[in-house]
Amino acid sequence: MKKSVLIPVLLSAMVFIALYSFKDISNSHLKGNGPIPDADNAGLKLPEGFGALKVAELGAKARHLVVTPQGDIYVKLARSKEEKGIIVLHESSDGKAQVTGGFGNYGGTGIYLKDGYLYASSNQEVFRYKLDAQNKVIDPNKPEKIITGLKAGRQHETKSLVLDNNGNVYVNIGVNSNSCQEQDRGLRSPGIEGCPLLDSMAGIWQFKAKELNQSYGQGVRFATGLRNVVGLDWNQQNNQLFVMQHGRDNLNSSWPELYNEKESAEVPAECLYALKQGDNAGWPFMYYDQIQHKKIVAPEYGGDKKKEADSKFIDPAVAFPGHMAPNGLLFYTGNMFPEKYKNGAFIAFHGSWNRAPEPQKGYFVVFQPFKDGKPSGDWEVFADNFAGTPEKAAAGRADHRPCGLAQGSDGSLYVTDDVKGAIYRIVYNKK
Amino acid sequence: MKQVLTIILILTIGGIKLNAQTKGKTKKTVQTDVVSASVLANGQKVYNQYCLSCHMADGGGVQNMNPPLIKTTYVLGDKTRLIKIALNGLAEEIEIDGEVYTNVMPSHGFLKDQEIADVLTFVRNSFGNKASAIKASEVKAIRAEKK
Repeated sequence: MKKSVLIPVLLSAMVFIALYSFKDISNSHLKGNGPIPDADNAGLKLPEGFGALKVAELGAKARHLVVTPQGDIYVKLARSKEEKGIIVLHESSDGKAQVTGGFGNYGGTGIYLKDGYLYASSNQEVFRYKLDAQNKVIDPNKPEKIITGLKAGRQHETKSLVLDNNGNVYVNIGVNSNSCQEQDRGLRSPGIEGCPLLDSMAGIWQFKAKELNQSYGQGVRFATGLRNVVGLDWNQQNNQLFVMQHGRDNLNSSWPELYNEKESAEVPAECLYALKQGDNAGWPFMYYDQIQHKKIVAPEYGGDKKKEADSKFIDPAVAFPGHMAPNGLLFYTGNMFPEKYKNGAFIAFHGSWNRAPEPQKGYFVVFQPFKDGKPSGDWEVFADNFAGTPEKAAAGRADHRPCGLAQGSDGSLYVTDDVKGAIYRIVYNKK
Repeated sequence: MKQVLTIILILTIGGIKLNAQTKGKTKKTVQTDVVSASVLANGQKVYNQYCLSCHMADGGGVQNMNPPLIKTTYVLGDKTRLIKIALNGLAEEIEIDGEVYTNVMPSHGFLKDQEIADVLTFVRNSFGNKASAIKASEVKAIRAEKK
């Protein structure tokens, strides 16, 4: 009896040891001079040749992040932890990082590094911190408040941000509504005529990076008709702003006669938009149906699931399945990954909820190839299994949810998780 | 005389206490019995149609957005507050176990008194919850109060 138990135990131990040492060999070239992927790739499923390590786990809602060439990581937290809204970590040579400090007692999402300044947002303001030659914040207690008084409701309240190469900062002001209904998310509740919320929300505003205390009066409404944007990035190849919109919810629960549960789970698309000044993406008057490949009038504004919207509204650059919640967008400019990834877009899909009772979707990082600043070819799932298991993803009970993306100076891809505050680093280790 | 009075007093208090205890027990038994299988089935039907898309099949809600319905004071506590949330919706930030939930819940006043009673009874007796039933008359009274 005892023997029969012992044998399988011993066998599996041997297999484990064999696999583990093999794993070690495959990564041995990285030892001493670079990040070492975890034996289990931090639980992620990746394309062949890629590995991942868990850099740290903060135990806080880690949103967007930046990584400096000196190996410091600045992470913006959704809510301050011990009065710190920005956590600072420093990496050791194996890639693992230790928390070295923190500052900025405000929750938020946006953080960006540009030309000697660290920019970070609360849900109403944007601050910037001067950096020294080593990209360390000189005075964490005295940021310049460059933008103030932005509207923030109780939904879509985060202010993501990015800078261009001409001294402008772009800030998302999400709208505190699902589809501008008289009763938000209500059953058969019609849309408010003209949607007055658009004057100060549901768009991207442009401000000057170095001017203080700007608000709506000093900013420019760069693009409108965007319900909520969390992931956004500046495309350096064609010098253009790209944003990922969070599409509307509740097509079935508000309009059960028009949309069944399955249709409501798939539609509308989560859209990637390439923006020019003055663009209108059409919220709340329309949504993009990625199955019909059409802009469709919203049911709140007289739509019947088929009627096409005014052609003045812009088309998406790429349309992804509904409700997957794109929270991070990054154009990859590094040299570590194979050639096909160069200048393409990584998108972190936080994962859905408004697909129930259909299985939930997302909880992965997608890659969209680009050529000459335009999408080229089909997107593919790049990093998967943040949820832990397919069942946890389908139930919406994910162990981790990908949120922010950043590129390290060596070309590594960093991903945050805002459930447990894990910071992942994905590397290419095939020679 | 004093002694007699004291004895009477003790007996009276004891009697009241005993009476109160019995009352409590009877009430509890009655409440548990009220939750019939048909009420739960009707409640689940309403839940699946109007609640599940936000609060999820397991009643666990959605991180940062839609509050869970599992063993929270909102669900198990004051019935009046719970009935009012179903009737009027909820548009205020709430905190449960240190987590904040911010999504807007629209009014479900379009549901019948019996439907609201059944769905709330279902929620109070599902997902690991155990609490007394809510009657249509209670919903009716609170709906009338509002007007």
